[in-house]
Amino acid sequence: MTELIADVVVIGAGPAGLAAAIKAKQEGAARVMVLERDRELGGILQQCIHNGFGLHLFGTELTGPEYAFRFIDEALKEGVEFMLDTMVLEIGADRTIIALNENRGMFRIGAGAVVLAMGCRERNRGAVTIPGTRPAGVFTAGAAQRLVNMEGYMPGKKVVILGSGDIGLIMARRMTWEGAKVEAVLEILPFPSGLTRNLVQCLNDQGIPLHLGNTVVKVHGLRRVEGVTAAKVDEKLRPIPGTEWFIPCDTLLLSIGLIPENELSRMAGVRIDPVTGGPVVTDDMETSVKGIFACGNVVHVHDLVDNVTMESRIAGEGAAKAATGRIARGGSVNTLAGENIRYVVPHRLGLKNSSERDTTLYMRVVKPVEKVRVEVVSEGRLLHSKSERVLKPAEMLVLKLPKGKLEGLGDGKEVEFRINAD
Amino acid sequence: MSSYDVAIIGAGISGSAIARELSKYELNTVVIEAEDDVASGTTKANTAIVHAGYDAVPGSWKARMNLVGSRMYEMLCADLDVPYHRTGTLVVALERDQAPLLEELRERGEVNGVEGLELLDKGRLLEMEPNINPEALGALYASTGAYTCPWEMSIALMENAVENGTELLLGEKVLDIEEEGGHFGLVLKDRTIRSKYVVNAAGLSADKVASMVGDPGFRIAPRRGEYWLFDKNTEGLVTRPVFTAPTPLSKGVVITPTADGNIMAGPNAENIDDPSDVSTTQQGLDKVWNDAVKLVPSLPRRSAITNFAGLRAAASPQADFVIGPMQGHFGFFNTAGIESPGLTAAPAIAAALTGMLKDAGLALEKKRSWKPKRKGLVHFAGLSRQEQDRLVMEDHRYGHVICRCETVTEAEIIEALRRPVPCRTMDGLKRRTRLGAGRCQSGFCSPRALGIVARELGVTVDSISKNGDGSFYVTGLLDGAEGGGLDD
Repeated sequence: MTELIADVVVIGAGPAGLAAAIKAKQEGAARVMVLERDRELGGILQQCIHNGFGLHLFGTELTGPEYAFRFIDEALKEGVEFMLDTMVLEIGADRTIIALNENRGMFRIGAGAVVLAMGCRERNRGAVTIPGTRPAGVFTAGAAQRLVNMEGYMPGKKVVILGSGDIGLIMARRMTWEGAKVEAVLEILPFPSGLTRNLVQCLNDQGIPLHLGNTVVKVHGLRRVEGVTAAKVDEKLRPIPGTEWFIPCDTLLLSIGLIPENELSRMAGVRIDPVTGGPVVTDDMETSVKGIFACGNVVHVHDLVDNVTMESRIAGEGAAKAATGRIARGGSVNTLAGENIRYVVPHRLGLKNSSERDTTLYMRVVKPVEKVRVEVVSEGRLLHSKSERVLKPAEMLVLKLPKGKLEGLGDGKEVEFRINAD
Repeated sequence: MSSYDVAIIGAGISGSAIARELSKYELNTVVIEAEDDVASGTTKANTAIVHAGYDAVPGSWKARMNLVGSRMYEMLCADLDVPYHRTGTLVVALERDQAPLLEELRERGEVNGVEGLELLDKGRLLEMEPNINPEALGALYASTGAYTCPWEMSIALMENAVENGTELLLGEKVLDIEEEGGHFGLVLKDRTIRSKYVVNAAGLSADKVASMVGDPGFRIAPRRGEYWLFDKNTEGLVTRPVFTAPTPLSKGVVITPTADGNIMAGPNAENIDDPSDVSTTQQGLDKVWNDAVKLVPSLPRRSAITNFAGLRAAASPQADFVIGPMQGHFGFFNTAGIESPGLTAAPAIAAALTGMLKDAGLALEKKRSWKPKRKGLVHFAGLSRQEQDRLVMEDHRYGHVICRCETVTEAEIIEALRRPVPCRTMDGLKRRTRLGAGRCQSGFCSPRALGIVARELGVTVDSISKNGDGSFYVTGLLDGAEGGGLDD
């Protein structure tokens, strides 16, 4: 087995890995190596050929591949090393990585710091238990997107989409443009799960009906999908008997959520937040294992790639500093999700960091609300607040906490984030 | 017209075991399977347990074949390179009125000749399986119980049979059977096959096949069972098959490790009419779930990766295996109604049936070149790092991981396509390599795998099916797109 040494090893060359690798290089890590299991750089961006990427970061609407290319180009210029078609089999808490590819065979890398950037996978049929037969023609929306956009194959011609997540909405439009008939998009919740712009452009503009409060209760067809039975659900999301309706189709696409892919993280002993499904991280994006950082969808599922990039730059910087012995690990406070907030990332905020720089916090609300104040509170004291006109679970709440706001708090204290009526 | 000594209809566990048994002799044997792969019916969806043999009615075919089969399994698995884990099995009493059932099962087991049965108190039970409901009262432990992999066993038996000269026809349905002067004519889609003896091992279609000859005296009454399969992160939740106390319809719900390292729960038991209806139902899955969490309260719902249903090919009115010659139709034999414990019993049934064929005049001359052993596919994920390293050095395609959840490499996919029993479907590939059997359920790997299969078999991607006949993956190329390229 070949032995290699690197200052920073980044696992995954999607938007998170690319941004972290570039930043690590710029922050003084001499050898930065990115391991990617797929055959191209850019991750899922490469199959997202629609536009809308980069609006926040570059002030212009790019396609996924265009967005990826900016970073690939920069990474190559910075001298980041890449290995494609390379599978990481193992990561130890000592930051030893065992990986495999066709050219090198199996090899071991000793890393000064590691950045976990493996992204997420799609929830599939088994995760939500859709009864019925198990024919061909049931795809996750992302798998169908890859088939259409990267491989040039049509998964089917008469389509029902379960879930109004963004990938499902994008695929509704894409399949329509390629000549398929999208019969319906079903969403079990009473409100849509995707971004408003996608609901407008991908469904309304295409004349595709969205049925809120509906789900698929049965898949039909022994060999290939022949149709699905849909039904309305009650307030506990249980199908209501007597409301079933049959939709003939040859394809069922599932856009029912994403799961951070943390099998390797667990192997390294990284602590996982049961709510996000991703590692517990500090404001340097360091996990519970020193020297192992994480960023992007492996930490929590983002809806905008721009936020992934910004979060990952922090991880890259932290990794470079850790690898070169310059990271400050002093006192910290813990963030806490309060009223109508599902989670807050990062989980820990360094007191020294927060006195020197602004901190960006990412949150999701549990249910949609209008005209509210996001409050930051510790020991009964209001540290910061911000008014928001509309907050939806589908759209991540990004809160900038100006530097100095945690002044006076002791190590180990809790800082609560909550939503209050304005 | 092709002419054979024996034609076996059906390549499930029974047909495969019989084929392998007959391959020991100088015979011209053909196996005819309607589906595109072996193990495609009842065999592919069952609980995978090698039963000790305490539940069948004493003296029944089930009881006798179970006991003999169970004793044959370990060596058979060693010869054929099939997983076999003799962990023992447990039947747990959760309620007061179930306790006498355990004693009853033990007594019945002893009458059946089963060794190693022992009643355990709650303390011993929880010591063996700490995740069992602490309110359990006790259990019956059967030390000869084990678990295996049913489709792997069926594939292995058939591969070994083919290597020893058996002919296998896949995707060929027997449409009719003609009796003519001491021979049978098996009518296929575009030809007729002649055979002196016929063994009906057609599983769920066994009554239909037998009816082509005469009145079978039995009917197949399909009984559906539904299962949950859990992520490998649940490994160790139970370390052996654990049953709830039985009901009149089934042996009870089981929570069991699988040979691949998952946890599986099921089945319920529901009589249905349609022998092709392998759909799951909300009620059925709920029933299994409720029974299973009573047994292991910490069973994690969010770790469920898929669910499925299988059909038991139960014979009615016998409620027993139907094994033997069909009266008035010399040379025609049934192995029908092979429901649980059919997987366990299969090697014993094969031996018994071979004896019956001999009694009916089939000359059994030992084949001197017969090879008893079969080597299974390499499973890269299961090897040590050292062995993996060595393999990649020998063949770089072991360095190309296609299925990331189960770490299945390109080399394994190619090997599966070139085995003695040809694999032509994606489900077949999954059963042989575990490609797509993991937590993402093929979301990431299917496009890559389709490309490799198309390239290796020299076919177009839209002709590749999930499980044969119309189960295509894609409907074709996009307008203006060029084919190929999936495996670049």
